[in-house]
Amino acid sequence: MSAIIEVDDLRRTFVVRRRRSRLRRDRHEVHAVDGVSFEIGGGEAVGYIGPNGAGKSTTVKMLTGILVPTGGRLRVAGLDPSARRTELARHIGVVFGQRTGLWWDLPLRDSYELLGRIYRVPRRTYDVNLERLVDLLDLGPLLEQPVRQLSLGQRMRGDIAAALLHDPRILYLDEPTIGLDVVSKAKLRQFLRELNAERNTTILLTTHDLVDIEQVCRRVMVIDHGRLVFDGGFEQLHREGGARRTVVVDLAAPCDPLDVPGVTVSRIDGARQWLSLPAGASAAPVVAALGRRDDLVDLSIQEPAIEDVITSLYSR
Amino acid sequence: MVDAVRGFAIIAGAWVRSALSYRTSFVIGTLVQLVITFLDFAAIIIMFGHIEAFGGFSISQIALLYAMSGFALGAADMLVGNAEALGRRIRDGSFDQMLIRPVPALAQVAADRFALRRIGRIAQSGVVLTWAISAAPIDWSVARVVVLAGAMACGAVIFCAVFVMGGAFQVFAGDAAEVANAFTYGGNTLTQYPLTIYPSELVKGVTFIVPIAFVNWYPGLFVLGMDDPFGLPGWLQFASPVAAVAFVVVAAAFWRTAIRHYRSTGS
Amino acid sequence: MGPISIDRVRGTAGLYGALVVRGFRRYATYRAATVAGAFTNTVFGVIIAYTYLALWETRPDLGGYGVAQALTFAWVAQALIAPVGLFGGFIIDDLSERVRTGAAAIDLHRPVSLLGLRLAEDVGRAAYHLLARGLPPMVVGAVLFDLAWPSQLSTWVLFALSVALAVVVGFGLRYLLGLLAYWIIDVQGPAWVLVVLQLFFSGMMLPLVVFPDWLRTVADLLPFRCLIQIPIDVLLSEDTGTAVAPLIGVQLLWIGFLLGAGGALTRFAVRKVVVQGG
Repeated sequence: MSAIIEVDDLRRTFVVRRRRSRLRRDRHEVHAVDGVSFEIGGGEAVGYIGPNGAGKSTTVKMLTGILVPTGGRLRVAGLDPSARRTELARHIGVVFGQRTGLWWDLPLRDSYELLGRIYRVPRRTYDVNLERLVDLLDLGPLLEQPVRQLSLGQRMRGDIAAALLHDPRILYLDEPTIGLDVVSKAKLRQFLRELNAERNTTILLTTHDLVDIEQVCRRVMVIDHGRLVFDGGFEQLHREGGARRTVVVDLAAPCDPLDVPGVTVSRIDGARQWLSLPAGASAAPVVAALGRRDDLVDLSIQEPAIEDVITSLYSR
Repeated sequence: MVDAVRGFAIIAGAWVRSALSYRTSFVIGTLVQLVITFLDFAAIIIMFGHIEAFGGFSISQIALLYAMSGFALGAADMLVGNAEALGRRIRDGSFDQMLIRPVPALAQVAADRFALRRIGRIAQSGVVLTWAISAAPIDWSVARVVVLAGAMACGAVIFCAVFVMGGAFQVFAGDAAEVANAFTYGGNTLTQYPLTIYPSELVKGVTFIVPIAFVNWYPGLFVLGMDDPFGLPGWLQFASPVAAVAFVVVAAAFWRTAIRHYRSTGS
Repeated sequence: MGPISIDRVRGTAGLYGALVVRGFRRYATYRAATVAGAFTNTVFGVIIAYTYLALWETRPDLGGYGVAQALTFAWVAQALIAPVGLFGGFIIDDLSERVRTGAAAIDLHRPVSLLGLRLAEDVGRAAYHLLARGLPPMVVGAVLFDLAWPSQLSTWVLFALSVALAVVVGFGLRYLLGLLAYWIIDVQGPAWVLVVLQLFFSGMMLPLVVFPDWLRTVADLLPFRCLIQIPIDVLLSEDTGTAVAPLIGVQLLWIGFLLGAGGALTRFAVRKVVVQGG
């Protein structure tokens, strides 16, 4: 599996000017991306995660050619994105969570027509791809509607189809599940899984929702303050990060710390107990064990915050 | 270059089709454009209700200058007028989307929200030009026809360059976008009248710095068979293509610098 | 609504005062745009000044103006463009935007009149534009050309009054147009028509005194002369009594009509919102 994305000591510095007083202005440099190196092979599905401002979007902007690096070496599909932007554009598809790539006032179908012609997609390929994507993403009833009338979830699906019409080798998704409801998120994750499995499309998924990555990717890179603090598999991440999931249990009355296999009780407050289990472990046996009790009133599951994972990674 | 033209045609075409689907709105918009641009000339007509000659030119001669300038501005406005919206595209994030596509940035910015109704100004200029050609005392020759046609094309190119520079300026100046208007619409208004009414410093400025005098004044002098009132050399009257090319080179460089700046600072 | 009391009057005055300040401040944040606007106005001022210079040198005393008066007209007209909103925008865009986002319905349920609120804000805006976009071109014009300034202080005072009235007339026109958004949503087309009429019949393109008689009659029947021609007529008038009073009177009449129509249309809008739920 040859590397389709090669990143070597990538750097991106911004100069920020802040007004100190009426006349004086402070100038300091922000290292948004501070020496990041990795390789992604063709067909991989990689998650790129980090807190806000960590440098995720900046990295993606450099990979897609929007932003020029201040240092380091970058090759995507063998091309230098900053120098050969239009050439590279044919091989990539990008979905920005916050902004649409579709034309606001045109019907969805017209946007696709337009993109098909811009990307020089052969007619037959276009028809086949469109039909397939419309089917997989449930876009049928939406095709004649202007994009501005679509809901966020619908627009997101529309954007994904738009990004895939020309069969790109790499699909970048920047915060695609923000603002989506639970059902839409699940469907989207399944779509991406299948896309990666069946069409071997390389996926780089930027998000700060760990579950997105868990469901779609086999590899995760964690970036914090411009530096890569982790690059590996999911179990390894949780192991090294020491992340824990928590099942919060509400009982009918206060009682002794519950004894459930694989779980430690981290906290008790009256009738409520917090049960902690490793992040990579399934909560299903725990829930099943609790469900057999007849004094169970309610329970909920809290996922590890990415900040906690990163903090523990950072502090190791 | 091919990519740019092709991309422009595809995107602009989509906007035209969309506009035509709202037929009444489009027709009204075009008519309004026509009326707005006609007002300029109405002012000239009213002026000539009181005088015989303005700056040494008769109304039909001024009509020729007016139409050449109007055509050039109208064509440029329709083709790349939207380059002036680059600032807005950057602010609302759609410029990043453009950088993701396999079409050069300028073609996309210019084609975005392509407004066919701007043809109203071109049409109005055509009407005035037709009248001017019939009414003005022109000693027609092949050379004069060639120069007139060439000047109209070069004029459009020159104003295109001004629009592109106005757009590029916005990467650096954001909110100050309106400055470009001073050169586009200001340039058009200035060249509607014979340059004899302006001080010679201003005339030199629009000859050698922002060469809008080549849109209509110099070629116009040749077509009308008049000597340069400022005593400048006669070959200037054939120099529109040179001015256009030179100015385009400058504008292209400025645009590239602006895009490079955006891609280096992300803002 | 209880009896009028000093407190309520003071309170209302305070409210409107605050709105004027807010309008001023809001547009003061667009510093770069204002500088750009002042630059553009200056460039156009230069072009138009030379045009009028040529015209009046060919026909001295045209329309009763001397060269100095004509040049003064050119520069003061440029200075007034932004304050009176000759090119539209401002309240038109604001109202359209609020209708588009749905916030417009809330506007009409406020206990204070929408028209009053918006007028106060626009006055603040106009004050800022007069200072920031109006003064610079005037200074350039005065330096480059010989302009005709009034000799009496009273003329200046009346001119200031006339400019203030022109601002209100401009607001009245734009407010009516902006209100149309409640009914037709996209007011871009009608807005253009208004701008076209304002440009031509205010005297900005050519002083109305130069118009042929029949066109002058038409212009005199329209409100747009209140925006540019009348304030400058006041400025250029030599005596302050008989010539100026009717001009101010015309402005007041149009203000009464436009604001009255604006108030009525606002009430219709309220009814519409109540019936349709925005």
